[in-house]
Amino acid sequence: MENKAIICRDLTKQFGDFKAVDSISFDVDQGEIFGFLGANGAGKTTAMRILCGLSYPTSGTALVAGFNVYKQQEQIKKNIGYMSQKFSLYDNLTILENIEFYGGVYGVSRKDIKTRSTELVSTLGLENEAKKLVGSLPLGWKQKLAFSVAVFHRPKIVFLDEPTGGVDPITRRQFWDMIYQAAADGITVFVTTHYMDEAEYCNRISVMVDGRVEAMDTPSNLKKKFNTHSMDDVFYELARGAKRSGD
Amino acid sequence: MKQLFVFIRKEFYHVFRDRRTLLILFGMPIVQIILFGYALSSEVKNIGITVLDNSHDIQSEQIISKIQSSSYFQMQEPSLNYPDIERQFREGNIKCAVIFPVNFGADLYTTNGAQIRIIADASDPNTATILTNYLNAMIADYLQQLNPNIQPSYQIIPEMRQLYNEEQNGSLNFIPGVIALIFMIVSTALTSVAVVREKELGTMEILLVSPFKPVMVLVAKAIPYLVLSLVNFIIILLLSVYLLDVEIRGSLVLLFAESILFIITCLSLGLLISNVTNSQQTAMLISMMGMMLPTLLLTGFMFPVENMPIVFQVISRILPSRYYYDIVKAVMLKGLGFRYVWKETLILLIMSVGLLALALKKFKIRLS
Amino acid sequence: MRIMIFILRKEFRQIFRDKTILAMMFVMPIVQLIIMPLAANFEVKNVNVVYVDHDHSSYSQKLLHKIASSGYFKLAGNPDSYKKGLKMIEEGNADLVLEIPPGFERSLVREGSQKVNLSVDAINGTKSALGGSYLRSVINDFNSSLDVNIKLSFRKPDHTPAKIIIKETNWYNPRAEYKYYMVPGILVLLLTLIGGFITALNIVKEKEIGTIEQINVTPIKKWQFILGKLIPFWIVGMTVFTIGLIVMYVIYGIFPEGSLLTLYVFAAVYLIALLGLGLLISTFADTQLQAMFIAYFFMMVFMLMSGFFTNTESMPDWARKMSNLTPVTHFIKVVRLIVLKGSSFYEVRTEFFYLIGFAVLLNGLAIYNYRKTN
Repeated sequence: MENKAIICRDLTKQFGDFKAVDSISFDVDQGEIFGFLGANGAGKTTAMRILCGLSYPTSGTALVAGFNVYKQQEQIKKNIGYMSQKFSLYDNLTILENIEFYGGVYGVSRKDIKTRSTELVSTLGLENEAKKLVGSLPLGWKQKLAFSVAVFHRPKIVFLDEPTGGVDPITRRQFWDMIYQAAADGITVFVTTHYMDEAEYCNRISVMVDGRVEAMDTPSNLKKKFNTHSMDDVFYELARGAKRSGD
Repeated sequence: MKQLFVFIRKEFYHVFRDRRTLLILFGMPIVQIILFGYALSSEVKNIGITVLDNSHDIQSEQIISKIQSSSYFQMQEPSLNYPDIERQFREGNIKCAVIFPVNFGADLYTTNGAQIRIIADASDPNTATILTNYLNAMIADYLQQLNPNIQPSYQIIPEMRQLYNEEQNGSLNFIPGVIALIFMIVSTALTSVAVVREKELGTMEILLVSPFKPVMVLVAKAIPYLVLSLVNFIIILLLSVYLLDVEIRGSLVLLFAESILFIITCLSLGLLISNVTNSQQTAMLISMMGMMLPTLLLTGFMFPVENMPIVFQVISRILPSRYYYDIVKAVMLKGLGFRYVWKETLILLIMSVGLLALALKKFKIRLS
Repeated sequence: MRIMIFILRKEFRQIFRDKTILAMMFVMPIVQLIIMPLAANFEVKNVNVVYVDHDHSSYSQKLLHKIASSGYFKLAGNPDSYKKGLKMIEEGNADLVLEIPPGFERSLVREGSQKVNLSVDAINGTKSALGGSYLRSVINDFNSSLDVNIKLSFRKPDHTPAKIIIKETNWYNPRAEYKYYMVPGILVLLLTLIGGFITALNIVKEKEIGTIEQINVTPIKKWQFILGKLIPFWIVGMTVFTIGLIVMYVIYGIFPEGSLLTLYVFAAVYLIALLGLGLLISTFADTQLQAMFIAYFFMMVFMLMSGFFTNTESMPDWARKMSNLTPVTHFIKVVRLIVLKGSSFYEVRTEFFYLIGFAVLLNGLAIYNYRKTN
């Protein structure tokens, strides 16, 4: 296996009779921006949790950053970053304190924490807010901050779970600029979303329906294949027959 | 009207989905009743006692066996000397010690008589007094046995009657207290948290924009808790009657009516609290800590209010639970009628109306 | 462990920024220690006795006088019929009714004994019950001072009667004040609240907000996270304990008779046990409301069963066994023993083992329950 970021074979997660994730297989290359699409309830989040080491698969195999999801969860965690829908920065800590915490937890040296946080803060234009509590920031900034914190320790892969929920289009655009930058720096980006227009920004996407991967290719190839102009329509074609949609 | 029902039904769903809270809600009074009814009592029995018998004659042993066979005491290891006694006190095994001097039996019939020394652990002053009284009575009894030919002394014999509680049921007065507490928890705390939760989640705005009158929003939130409180109330009553053999002497109808009144008072309080804060944590802390503690201490079912400093007595008069407690005692346990409780009822009524009005006013102000 | 330092720094920052926790930490101990003992009072005084005296003899007067001067009772009224006396109880103006029958003195002298009627408002709980038994002993006392009896005792009997003189001493609380009993107990209550409540709430809050998920993805190990919660709150608890001890001394003049060190060691272990309980509760609750309720439930049961209000010895067997299964029971016992009696560590070693057992059990369960991966 030549240094692929993520390798997945017949990965399954079953709860009783219910197969949340039904034997999915795919590879993600290093430095790729991989979009993981699907309706709510299709199994995206469950799959991602397995890849992050938060959950054991029922069967199948997966290697994340070269580590086994069954036996090497702790190694996986050291080498990935994560940002969830809820953003999860501590509201009652300042920006710098949040950075210091996560940096330290991931083993970034004190010196590097200092240098990188100054960088981070100036890149985001938040110099004046650095000592303010995160809770006082508007949503868009919190979200960009959360992403920066997620890649602060230069992980091999960063997992983003619906990162742009509830945010205006301009901020979304800025967010994706940050994602491009990270990918350019060599970080693999694994992002789930149900905004179909964001799918266009990815190198490759896969679409999950009812726990299975129903399509996987570049956005343009998929549009050609389904003879549509937008990812929205691609998705519609795939998900029409879905049994599970919505929570 | 139909819309109101739909709304109320949604509120019920919210409440019943939270299984854990429900479990505790119903479990708590049940456990409390069982504890108060069966496990706890202010009686004094099985208290550890040690004896230092320096005399070892028949008489001292007779007294010792009297103590041993008494259910008030649990005889622990006999002591050989004072340090032994001290050690047993410090180990927490005894609360009382009896010491017989040398030559106890012989000294009995001398003019000065024989001495018995009783040491009581006065950390808990009441227990100490009661224990000493028991021992005194036992010894007096023994003396009576020894002196059968002596003309018995003149005695006034008090005959005790336990009013309202002929069967000597442990701690009846706790029941009204338990009821009052549950109402406060369910109606005040839960209601306030439910409303504030809505505010925190942001769904309150949605409701306010709907065709509902704002008052209806509050009413709909409060109704499930009214029902919950009543169900709890019925459970407590059933338990008291069937498990603890308590008689409901007064009118059930009056009892229910008064309870509904008190529940409304608590609900109003909850609604008022929900208006002063936007955070669930604060609402919880105010209603549980802020209300609970005074209710527990100052309503009068745990500790007698008359013995407290004036400040507390005044605060006690402001607590709605105090009036409800008096009403329930009078109606349920003493069997008295409305004549006796009209004053308290009136006060509760005024409190309810006042709190409700205040809550509504604050709610409307927020909107504008 | 470098990571622990970062975790602890974060926790402490968050604790000191949380106004509610700070209030609980510093305001609550003082408020509780001052207010509760004032209210929590089982002393017997001002028991309202109304008497119905059908005899109006010198003996009945003397009896009433003795009752009035005993310091426990207040002669609250003198209705002329038992019925009226009952009414006063109904109205809440009286706790006890003493009825002296007609011909009281005559029967006493002639027949040697006479019954009096003592009706107790049994709904009024402790006050009346205790009042009733105190009244009984006052009457017994009165018996022995009846001059009829005194004359009797001077008569030369057939043979010397047996005589016992009882000498009573009170140890450990010479002035028999209730606060010595209550205040140490309240101190325990404080620690219990901090250990159980606050920890549970804090962790569940993180659950609710979602920051726990974030922690789960990081290399932070299970035990590091748990220690990161236990240590700060343990320090908070010990601080509150110290504040409590200071308040206890400054306001009540109570200074532990026994070794402070022993007291602290016990407090330390007790806190660990309680923190484990808080942790355990947090694994069962999904919302702060649930956590608060579950914690409240346990606290209430523990406090009731612990011997704080009532004697554990007086409980039925099954209840006593249950009470031994709560850590609070043991700690209250120890605190009262050390503070009031000066017990040494060796003398309370059994309780120490109990507490260690609880600490291990509760924390073990909590850790087992708390799974990052499922």
